[in-house]
Amino acid sequence: MRQLYAFGAGGLFGVGLWVSGMTDTRKVIGWLDVFGDWDPTLAFVLGGAVTVMFIAWRIAGARAAPALGGSFPATPERRLDRTLVLGSLLFGMGWGLAGLCPGPAIASLTWGGTGGILFLVSMFAGMRAAPPLRHRLETQNI
Amino acid sequence: MPQDWLMGLLGGALIGLAAAFYLLLNGRIMGASGIVGGLVDGSGGFKSERASFLAGLVLVPGGVVLIAGGAETHLTANWAVVIIAGLLVGVGTRLANGCTSGHGVCGLSRLSLRGFVATAFYLLAGGVTVVLAKHVLGVI
Repeated sequence: MRQLYAFGAGGLFGVGLWVSGMTDTRKVIGWLDVFGDWDPTLAFVLGGAVTVMFIAWRIAGARAAPALGGSFPATPERRLDRTLVLGSLLFGMGWGLAGLCPGPAIASLTWGGTGGILFLVSMFAGMRAAPPLRHRLETQNI
Repeated sequence: MPQDWLMGLLGGALIGLAAAFYLLLNGRIMGASGIVGGLVDGSGGFKSERASFLAGLVLVPGGVVLIAGGAETHLTANWAVVIIAGLLVGVGTRLANGCTSGHGVCGLSRLSLRGFVATAFYLLAGGVTVVLAKHVLGVI
């Protein structure tokens, strides 16, 4: 049952990404291109998604447990560290270069062509490189 | 297109609804980099649930686009840029423990401090990168 609902959530997420235009790298780069032909669409996408999710967090707060059992995610940490900042900066650089973040990159797999697959393979390689890098950042002063 | 903002708002609401279902039914945060990253490096639990989410994320929009048509990513043809961008997105989202869906959609709506800080830094880095790569270096 968990798998079925997870499939549905993934599917709805993917359709939302496509409908909103976020699988089109020109719209994402257009949003980041503040000195060019600026495209405000991403603000509407994020605004729409955050508004719905804000209500969902309120509903979750009033309930003891998720409908399929288990428990809700723990209260978020307030700890800020350099892995969060450095990671977000690196992610932002890649996001700006290609106009793809992980969700749209996966959602567009069937129509993204060879370039889309190349991006995903590179992204997986980057993900595999992260744990040892995190270990070094957390244990050494580099 | 003039109605781009409307499609953005509608699509954004669908994204929010997907995240809401994943939270209220499965009890999980819908963060794309976390869901896929936990499978790629083998660190995450709930493996079949993650795989099911990703199957839906690929197959459902794939099917919709097959029928509706008109999908184009307009990804750059410069493969060096694609590879570098993919590596940066992969390593960055895993170091930061989140991307636009996890820190952005789920974090901001929860008023999470880490979500706000991450979103501020990836927006800043993305904006500076586009300005440099497009207007200064001319590689995108």
